[in-house]
Amino acid sequence: MPSLPTIQPQDEARADRASHAGTFDAPVADDHRDAHFDYLLRLGDDALILGQRLSEWCGHAPALEVDLSLANIGLDLIGQATLFLDHAASVEGAGRDADALAFRRDVLQFRNCVMVEQPNGDFARTMARQFLFSTAHVLLLDALTASADPQIAAIAAKGVKEVRYHADLSADWVIRLGDGTDESRARMIDGFDWHWRFVDELFAMDAIEERMVAAGIAADRAALRPAFDARLQAVLDEATIPVPELPRAVVGGRKGHHSEHLGHLLAVMQHLPRSYPDATW
Amino acid sequence: MSQPDWPLWEVFLRSKGGLSHRHVGSVHAPDGELAVRHARDVYTRRMEGVSLWVVRSADIVASDPDQAGPMFAPAEDKVYRHPTFYQIPDGVKHI
Repeated sequence: MPSLPTIQPQDEARADRASHAGTFDAPVADDHRDAHFDYLLRLGDDALILGQRLSEWCGHAPALEVDLSLANIGLDLIGQATLFLDHAASVEGAGRDADALAFRRDVLQFRNCVMVEQPNGDFARTMARQFLFSTAHVLLLDALTASADPQIAAIAAKGVKEVRYHADLSADWVIRLGDGTDESRARMIDGFDWHWRFVDELFAMDAIEERMVAAGIAADRAALRPAFDARLQAVLDEATIPVPELPRAVVGGRKGHHSEHLGHLLAVMQHLPRSYPDATW
Repeated sequence: MSQPDWPLWEVFLRSKGGLSHRHVGSVHAPDGELAVRHARDVYTRRMEGVSLWVVRSADIVASDPDQAGPMFAPAEDKVYRHPTFYQIPDGVKHI
């Protein structure tokens, strides 16, 4: 199947005029619209990729009711992704839409955090990922309801109710499994151990986010950390799971530097639109 | 999957603007809290402003269908049970 060229001409153009031109890292946005677009991609891609991961559980969950819960969360996230990516496309003004952004970008253009692209593993690992991500996500969307970008504020207001439910449900499962049997506790601990190194990225700020915060559009992720830490401690205490010293952080997703898992996920997700690029559905 | 520790729960739902809880179906869950979550996912699609009750199916005592005749074949043939023999004074309205 034909692959998309990984580096697009517009990437090269941006890289050439970026302040970091010639250094290894991905192009740095150098005007307000680029930063705004990039920020919306981060919001949309987080939801899109995690929604795609959750869809893989369909029909495979431990119980029918859990299958429904996971599908519900996945649907909520895909809905949010569609809204954010459509808005990103309109900010970009290049005639793309949410579908074009979801299906016609390759790994290096995706801006999701590394945590959401991790494989599902077992149910405990999926719940660890969901709990860590949703607990941060609910704080972020709550803060974004005050965004100076009215579209972001509206999407966040709609999404925050959904995500509060995701955070509650996953916290509930973390407690059940952690404070369950010896085996479920061991698996829950393993599930968290897989994901600890990706937590810091959820709160990482960079030049693009700083610029968006200064413009009143974004929320300061770093400022959300204390509330996250408090909630994490409370839930893990109840689950009788210790919170470790976090290992050295793995970051890079915001620049398009992903783990090896994302390419495989995109191959599945984008297969049909890549095979039939002119199809409408 | 047979679920010895996931018993059956009956779900009763009062929809927004509804006056009473109606039985809408059942879910399997290990406890009441999770039964409410599942019921919310399955039967309400998380509409706001609804009230859910879940009751362990084992806790419901039902009438015996075999006894339906004696139990419910009511007072059809007992006309003296029908309130049709009262004289209503003219001054009384709204009956």
